[in-house]
Amino acid sequence: MEMTMTQKILAAHAGLDSVAAGQLISAKLDLVLGNDITTPVAVNEFQKAGFRDVFDKDRIAIVLDHFVPNKDIKAAEQSRQCREFACSHCVSHFYDVGKMGIEHALLPEQGVVTAGDCIIGADSHTCTYGALGAFSTGVGSTDMAAGMATGKAWFKVPSAIRFELTGSLAPNVSGKDVILTIIGKIGVDGALYKSMEFSGPGIASLSMDDRLCICNMAIEAGAKNGIFPVDDVTLAYMNGRCERAPVIYTADPDAVYEQTIEIDLSRIVPTVACPHLPENTRPASELHDIKIDQVVIGSCTNGRMEDMEAAYHALNGKTVAPGVRCIIIPATMAVYRECVQRGYVTAFIDAGAIVSTPTCGPCLGGYMGILAAGERCIATTNRNFVGRMGHVKSEVYLASPATAAASALTGYITEPKEAGK
Amino acid sequence: MNAQGTVFKYPDNVDTDVIIPARYLNTSNAQELARHCMEDIDTGFVQKIAKGDLIVAGWNFGCGSSREHAPLVIKTCGVGCVIAKSFARIFYRNAINIGLPILECEAAAEEIQAADTVSVDFDTGVITDITTGKTYQAAPFPPFIQNIIAKGGLLASLKEE
Repeated sequence: MEMTMTQKILAAHAGLDSVAAGQLISAKLDLVLGNDITTPVAVNEFQKAGFRDVFDKDRIAIVLDHFVPNKDIKAAEQSRQCREFACSHCVSHFYDVGKMGIEHALLPEQGVVTAGDCIIGADSHTCTYGALGAFSTGVGSTDMAAGMATGKAWFKVPSAIRFELTGSLAPNVSGKDVILTIIGKIGVDGALYKSMEFSGPGIASLSMDDRLCICNMAIEAGAKNGIFPVDDVTLAYMNGRCERAPVIYTADPDAVYEQTIEIDLSRIVPTVACPHLPENTRPASELHDIKIDQVVIGSCTNGRMEDMEAAYHALNGKTVAPGVRCIIIPATMAVYRECVQRGYVTAFIDAGAIVSTPTCGPCLGGYMGILAAGERCIATTNRNFVGRMGHVKSEVYLASPATAAASALTGYITEPKEAGK
Repeated sequence: MNAQGTVFKYPDNVDTDVIIPARYLNTSNAQELARHCMEDIDTGFVQKIAKGDLIVAGWNFGCGSSREHAPLVIKTCGVGCVIAKSFARIFYRNAINIGLPILECEAAAEEIQAADTVSVDFDTGVITDITTGKTYQAAPFPPFIQNIIAKGGLLASLKEE
């Protein structure tokens, strides 16, 4: 039976020689994760069901990232519940303020996830780790509780759509523009229940930050997971970083895909998703009349070092347009520290931006940049649903860090310089 | 098992942010959260909903965040069943895991109108629009999932193993 890359990882973790799309399996998990919003619900369920022990204290990650440093008393109570659970079960990958980062930037950076893993996380953007050649998917809190107790989860083996990438990206065009273009093409349920498997000669030109960003938003097309093959770029990234040895799976040459979609990377332009769905994409160059009140650069989608570099190159020595609030949020403490060390933070502040410690904060309308009625934000985040960043009458435009930073300087949606040339 | 009630109808791509906005997720208390169910798409929902009422929606219901708080608030409000053309996969999983009845049926989701009285037979998957007299057949769950539902959710089914 010829299998996709995802199917091979699932078969191996289910102890089966082969699996087929549609098959229901029980698979062993290499990692189970949750955050400060989803873990409390999982802990309640874990305790209510009478489980006493976790399956493996080294295979659970709990990251406080959504509302920390705590935004209010209730959020503090939820963090305390996570902290107490992590402490009582000696969870080794527990990340609190000072060590935390946005989970999907933090766990790859810290080497907690690796190629060949089978991972569930009580956060929809858990699909990010497919960039490392892992099977990784978002679930709810009850699945997290069951995963923590048993080390297993049930899956329906997905079919796949293959994205055949050719060419390479123009300057100031990044992984965000690639994934927004793809979602614009297939729609927010275009890959529902399926894998998005990336392949082709274009992959070699994509950095790990590009790949992490692309897999991160697979869920925005409804996908179960996104996955890249392991190549020299992946191996170089994992070398000396990952705590477990990578296991490399490759799709069979005759694996069956529901569809193959060809993407010429050299033709991708700076792309923006307009309210209120990530599929409402337009070239940034067609949106020059959209005036903005706020810019957010950060999140699990675009808070990594290359994203900060893109923001720095746009903002260094310049000034944020009057009337625009520009909020920059490095996704992890390591990225934050690097921004300090390289002088980016000074440049951002001199430009009139603010720099926050890592948090999901504004992305989900939590805090640190909530919008009033009628306000518009261009954000490097992942969702632009009604009310996502604040008032139901506010608007979020999704874009790359280069486009968001260029827009901060003009006060209108602006294509980054040199892009697409 | 059956449900019968009045229909609340919503469009395609109802996301978990409008089902339960993240600004309220600083608690995991179901009763407290349920006061804000559907708030950003239908401000009057919580006042209007009665036990057993049904939500009928289009494609990709429950897309977006993995927050289990979304099916939880719908269940806590007393909704008897959600019928949609399709469900986003994490919402689908969560609904089954926590015991919120859901059914996929394109024709029913297309034709049933807001405020219709509808009954659902979960054993057979037959949906009856009492207002129009029409019946629909929903896609059956695989036996594995039927077992989780019958046991009252994922953790209850695991404890029995």
